[in-house]
Formats: sequence, structure tokens, C-alpha cells
Amino acid sequence: MLELRTVTAGYDRRAPVFRDVSLSVAPGEAVGLLGPSGCGKSTLARVAALLHRPDAGALVLDGTPVRRWRHGAPRALRTAFGVVFQQARLSADPRLTLADLVAEPLRATGRRAQAADRVAELAATVGLTTDLLSRRPHEVSDGQLQRACLARALVLRPRWLVCDEMTAMLDASTTAALVRVVEDYRAGTGAGLLAVGHDRVLLDRWCDRTVEWASVVPTTRN
Amino acid sequence: MTGPTPVPSVPPVLSVHGLSVRFRMPGGRRVAAVTDARFDVAAGECLALIGESGCGKSVLASALLGLLPGNAQTAGRALLGDLDLLAADERTFARTVRGRLIGLVPQSPAAHLTPVRTIRSQVEETVAELTGVRGRTALREAAEAAAERAAFPVDHLDRHPHELSGGLAQRAATALALVGDAPLLLADEPTTGLDRDLVDHTVDELRRHVDKGGSRALLMITHDLAAAERIADRVAVMYAGRVVELADATAFFGPPGPRHPYSRGLLDALPDRAFVPIPGLPPELGALPDGCAFAARCDRASDACATLPPLRGEVACHHPHAALTEAVDRA
Repeated sequence: MLELRTVTAGYDRRAPVFRDVSLSVAPGEAVGLLGPSGCGKSTLARVAALLHRPDAGALVLDGTPVRRWRHGAPRALRTAFGVVFQQARLSADPRLTLADLVAEPLRATGRRAQAADRVAELAATVGLTTDLLSRRPHEVSDGQLQRACLARALVLRPRWLVCDEMTAMLDASTTAALVRVVEDYRAGTGAGLLAVGHDRVLLDRWCDRTVEWASVVPTTRN
Repeated sequence: MTGPTPVPSVPPVLSVHGLSVRFRMPGGRRVAAVTDARFDVAAGECLALIGESGCGKSVLASALLGLLPGNAQTAGRALLGDLDLLAADERTFARTVRGRLIGLVPQSPAAHLTPVRTIRSQVEETVAELTGVRGRTALREAAEAAAERAAFPVDHLDRHPHELSGGLAQRAATALALVGDAPLLLADEPTTGLDRDLVDHTVDELRRHVDKGGSRALLMITHDLAAAERIADRVAVMYAGRVVELADATAFFGPPGPRHPYSRGLLDALPDRAFVPIPGLPPELGALPDGCAFAARCDRASDACATLPPLRGEVACHHPHAALTEAVDRA
């Protein structure tokens, strides 16, 4: 169980982006979080993926509160999360080939030996050809790069997936293809999903339940 | 969808004939970014050019604005009135085309606006450059009028771009595009990354500027099919650099549906339809097959598809869906 309990987070303690937000995702469950741009849903996704320390409240993972964040989080915890961001261009090191990009988490966790096999397997899963794997980000389209970023998120076989507007920049066919990859992975592994977005039609179709941002934020005290 | 039907006797605002763009790459490679594109856009009409990312849509826009890089070669004609945009030189583009004959609504207003200057100063500069208005007070009034035309709140004019929401930044960019009163509005992915309400709002405003007066035309380049459905009169579908289908928007999104298998695949991928992706990836523009570029991903492909299908009537396909099959099936 992934639980956010009355989390307050932001980039300035005096003016948090949101206060007292609670949300939970059960193992194997797909939860869509729907909100307009600028509401703070991406910050919430970062907290849920251990990428941002909240100012108050707790992130509870399978009953254990998370105490350390970002690079400080224990590896077993960090690698339990796969994250896909909205802007593939900004989340891909421009110096790496797509193959190296996908293999990076394996290298970072001392599993270099598995890299060749896993990359080949995942490339087939996300629909990247061998020819594309040898290219760098500037040589591929947004859709192709996002396919690589999704493969990178899956390479360590995470128990939780956090997709922050994963498809907002993509065309309809690539969107449907990537959602299918995520759902096939979840069907095979029982991973839980938090999908953040602003497209109600997409999230309703994709997720078990869609939660409105307004319903996770307590009514503002005035 | 409510635009006036183009009258045949009135020449179109933009007429593109056989437009091709090739990029010469290192090592003698050539990339066929756009091949033999042809379409018209009439006054009062919105044509949506749709297709996957990397299909050549934005290259086509750059060609119309004279913004192609030095290694590009063009062929064909793109007539805007009497002017052939593909034969025009940089001086013509700078002095008569950009802003005056073609107003560009950019993909990313945050990147299009100058970050260190207020919106007011940018609108005033554009007004001074593109119109005869002179003098501080007159410029100030003209800039405020320009902001109002794009529904940009006048009390936000003294803000810098980073102080605006995505929707307001988009309106500021639209205000700049409208200043020159250009007959052609060219919107290049105007809704990328915006949320649904803002998308609706942005495209509705573009539509409004086309409807007002009826002399302006809108070419909207987009991969957002919902945005296209909302405002387009006609749809041009691009695949691997070619226009593979030209259709009336009502028929395309409505019961008869698209005729090209690729267009069908795009619509079927929508989450409110089948939500099924088109198998495979688009081909590389540097290594296109000799025949139909979609054949490798198409469930209707046959031996005939080894030869290139010409754009016959409204669709470039050897095995198009019949114009009314589905409607008849449903009846």
C-alpha cells in the first residue's frame, strides 16, 4: 500500500503548493489523479515517488513511513519506483544513446551484466527498433524518446509506477501504445500505478479509479 | 465546423501545390521531410493538418514562413495571393510575409515571448513594426486594443511572461499574431501541453478570429484530434511527409469516418474510442519505402501497396475504406 497521509509540500515552507493531501494506492491498483495545470499534482507525484521531501505529513509504504528521500532513500526503496515524466526531452541525458538511457538504472545499481538482455527485451516491449537504440535523444521524435523513458522506468521491475502526464506531449496512437505497455507490465507484475494528468477521458479509460484533485485537498480554510 | 462553405469563384487564401522539402544530411543522406503536399485553405475556413509527431507537419509550417535551415531544398509552389512563398527571398519574408501576410501562433508561447520584457512592451513593439501607429499614447492604446482582441486582460499587460499562466501566455502570443491583420493564421501545435479546458478555449478563440469578418483563413497544425474536431472545417492527414487524406471534418470525425486506414487508426487510438494503438512505428523519413509508407503497419496491405498510391480524390490509398460503409452498416 502506498499512502500519502495529510501531506503538505512545496518549494517554500511559508507558502506550500498544497496542504494536508491524503491519497492511497493499493498494490495492483491503478489510480488516476486529475487536476488542472498548476494545481500541484506534479509535486504530489514527486512526493509519492520519493523525489521530493514533504514539509509535513507522511508517505507510508506498506505500513512503514518513509524517512529519507531522493538520493538519501535506501536503494531497495528507490528502486521500487519507476517514474515517467511529461517532458521526455528534459528527463533524458542528451549524451546517452537510447540503449544507454534504458540501461542506466541497471548500471547505477551494479547490474551492468544484465543490461544487454534487459534492454533488448524492453525495446521490443515498448516498440523501439535496434536502429533507434543506437541514437541519441536529438535524433529521435518525442514519442520515440518517451518510449525509451518508459522502458527505463520499467527496467528495474518496480512495484510502483508514477506517471506524471506521461502522454501529454504525444499523439493519440503513441499514447494508446504506451498505456498498453504500462497495463501489460502491471498485469504481469501486479505493480500499482499513480497516473497524474489533466485528461479525464484518458484517465477514466486507463485507471481503476480517477480521483479529482479537489477531492484530495481539504476545503480551504478562509 | 460552422464556417461558410468556400465559394469556388473566390481564390483560396493559401494554395499549396506539390510542396516538397528535402534535407541534405552529412554523408550524402537525404531526408524527405515533406513530399508533394497539396491543399488549399479558403477565407473563413479552418484546415487542420494532423499527424503523428515527426511526420513533417512543422517542417511544412517552416517552409511557409521561410524558416527552413540552410540544408533544406524545396520544390513545388505555395501561393499566398500572387506570392509564391517557396520562391520568396528572406527580404520578402521579413518585410511582407511574417506578421503581415501570415500570423504565427506558436507552439510554446513561453519560448516565443521575450522573457525579460513585459507583454505591453512586446505588443507595442509589434504594433509599431507592423502598423502605421506612431506616438507613445497612440501605441499604448493600440497595444491595449490588440490585447483585447485576443481576450488578453489589459491589467496583465505590465507583467513578464513568467508571471502568466499557460493560457494567458497563449493569448499574449495570439495577440501578437493578430496585430498585422494577416489573411492567414498559422497555428503550429497551439495546444501542446495545455489542459483540456485551455485547449478548448484556445482553439475556440482561433476559430472566432476566422469567423470574424470571414476573410481570414486558419491552418492549424496539430496532433490533438479533439482540438481539430472542435474547430476544423476540413482535415488534412499527413503520414511520413505526405498528405494521405483530405476530408470534410464532419464526415471525418462523424459516422462515415476517415477513408485512409492510417486516419482510422489514429481515431481508433483515442481513449474515448477503441484506445488501440496503430502497430509499429512510422518509417524513417530518410529511408522511406518505394511504395505506400503505411503498408508495413496496415491490415489492408496487399501486393498493390508496393507501388505508391497517388492522392486520388481525397485519399491516397490502394484499399481505402468506402466513403459510407460504416454508416450503411450501422443503418
